[in-house]
Amino acid sequence: MGKYIIRRLFDLLPTIFVVAVIVFIITRLIPGDPASVMLGPQASVEDIEALRQNLGLNDPLYVQFFHYIGDLLRGNFGVSLTYNEPIVQLIMERFPNTLILAASALIIAFMIGVPAGIISASKQNSLLDYSVMLVSLIGVSMPIFWLGVMLVLYFSVNLGWFPATGMGSMDDGLISYIKHLILPSITLATIPMATFARITRSSMLEVISQDYIKTARSKGLSEFWVICKHAFKNALTPLLTVLGMQISMMLGGAVLTETIFSWPGMGRLIVDAIDKRDFVVVQGTVLFIAVIFVLVNLFVDVMYKVVNPRVNLSSNKGGSK
Amino acid sequence: MASVETSIQSTAPKEQKKKKEAGLFKKLIRNRLAAIGLGITAFMTIVAIFAPLIAPFPPNKMDVVNSLVTPGTAGHLLGTDNYGRDLFSRLVFGARISLIVGISAVVFGAFFGTLLGLVSGYFGGRLDALIMRTMDGLFAFPFILLAITLMTVLGQGLVNVIIAIGIANIPGFARIVRGQVLSVKEEEFIEVTRSLGATNGRIIFQHVLPNCLAPLIVYGTMSVAGAIISEAALSFLGLGVQPPTASWGSILKDGKDFLVLSPHMATFSGLAILFTVLGINLFGDGLRDALDPKMKV
Repeated sequence: MGKYIIRRLFDLLPTIFVVAVIVFIITRLIPGDPASVMLGPQASVEDIEALRQNLGLNDPLYVQFFHYIGDLLRGNFGVSLTYNEPIVQLIMERFPNTLILAASALIIAFMIGVPAGIISASKQNSLLDYSVMLVSLIGVSMPIFWLGVMLVLYFSVNLGWFPATGMGSMDDGLISYIKHLILPSITLATIPMATFARITRSSMLEVISQDYIKTARSKGLSEFWVICKHAFKNALTPLLTVLGMQISMMLGGAVLTETIFSWPGMGRLIVDAIDKRDFVVVQGTVLFIAVIFVLVNLFVDVMYKVVNPRVNLSSNKGGSK
Repeated sequence: MASVETSIQSTAPKEQKKKKEAGLFKKLIRNRLAAIGLGITAFMTIVAIFAPLIAPFPPNKMDVVNSLVTPGTAGHLLGTDNYGRDLFSRLVFGARISLIVGISAVVFGAFFGTLLGLVSGYFGGRLDALIMRTMDGLFAFPFILLAITLMTVLGQGLVNVIIAIGIANIPGFARIVRGQVLSVKEEEFIEVTRSLGATNGRIIFQHVLPNCLAPLIVYGTMSVAGAIISEAALSFLGLGVQPPTASWGSILKDGKDFLVLSPHMATFSGLAILFTVLGINLFGDGLRDALDPKMKV
């Protein structure tokens, strides 16, 4: 297992390299001169030129690329043009906030989506089944940025139950902290929740019709145990397949959710940086998120093996396949 | 002799194909939800095509005296926005932007993705490794994040939105097609065709590609729904089509600023997105059940 993880980590290197190249190309193509943006409209031509020289923006592209890769290998993501802070520090400040949001959304999605899928499958073709399926189909079709705005409208503006924006501080007590977390988490959880329900239902239906489930039933096991212990364990693998994709979508969805709720996470950082043409921040944060995603996929693959030891991992080459 | 053989061969599959198509249609109709989805999609397409006939006002006509009026006031079915523009008319015209972007971006992504997937899967080797590594790299970006970053490079505008969402769609299509090619490539009839002297191009486009169509159509339909949401998201962030063009996302963005005063702007624009995307997803689900039941959600 350890060997497998190490080999997979090496396999990931080309993918990460490609990601770094793509990010470099995209950020160099962003129109607007970062030096003049950073110094503002009053800056003199000499000052702008000096800063361009200092940032290496006057070097040919391939020289800039080698500097960039060299810096990355040394763990140096650069210094933000607008915040005047190292990118690593900015990421360290913001990433935990995104992580809290994504983790609570994932927990909500799992706690509701998976049981809903199980119940739906065990009562196939009932009114309950149809309702779960319809609600989850609406869920996967949901523009979450609209849902976020609607939640603010009803639960913050009209009812005043939760704060509309911002992230609570632990200094104000746990209740306030959780209150700030609820609406953004629900917004971000909607699509994964609906996806989990759909996947759980379809894979449970596949498993339930198999012989060993009939055997388990004929042994006199209660339906609850048959479903939870025997069926669910084997229905878990397809769920894991979508987990990686969902986490990636959540990191993307966080951009929108954080914008609506003014949540001080990575998504906001990226949107603000794009607004300010701070390409060093865009470069660093987008690269960081992509690498996190690649690692999450590796984790999901390893979980595959844990859940289902029969999976032949040797045939599973490459990045996030 | 050869021509007789081919004519026998070609009539049998034709009949089979006809039967298959009839069966497919029956399956779709039997699946009531898919029929509802098809109905919604057709309805929105008609709205988009005949927008100038349906909309009671020009979408960009301002009427400052009647700004932010509630639904049903002064002949405005769904009220007006902050410039006094008729919300219903703007939503009707917004359907055009959503469908144009949704379909064009997916066609763009499907075209390049399919081409890359075909080449990658068919020829294999280093070319395959190079293409798929690049696709892995693109796939490592959350979809909307890639589209946002591309929009900052391309700048606002309808065509640029299509290109940005189109590029973000390429890796998905490339993977699906490549996977399909790898399994089709091993089939005997490909070997036979090759031994008869068919060129690679002929084998790829006449024999391999048609066998990839079912999953492509299903995936493509679902992708249109995703592309419509992405366009709305980009416009919501102020990175999509340029104002004053009516887009559901930009109406929602404006609506967010007037949420307390006039919640109808945000409410109706979002409902339009949800309704359309739900329709396409329902239809896509039905298509999948009929064409490619093995495919997961």
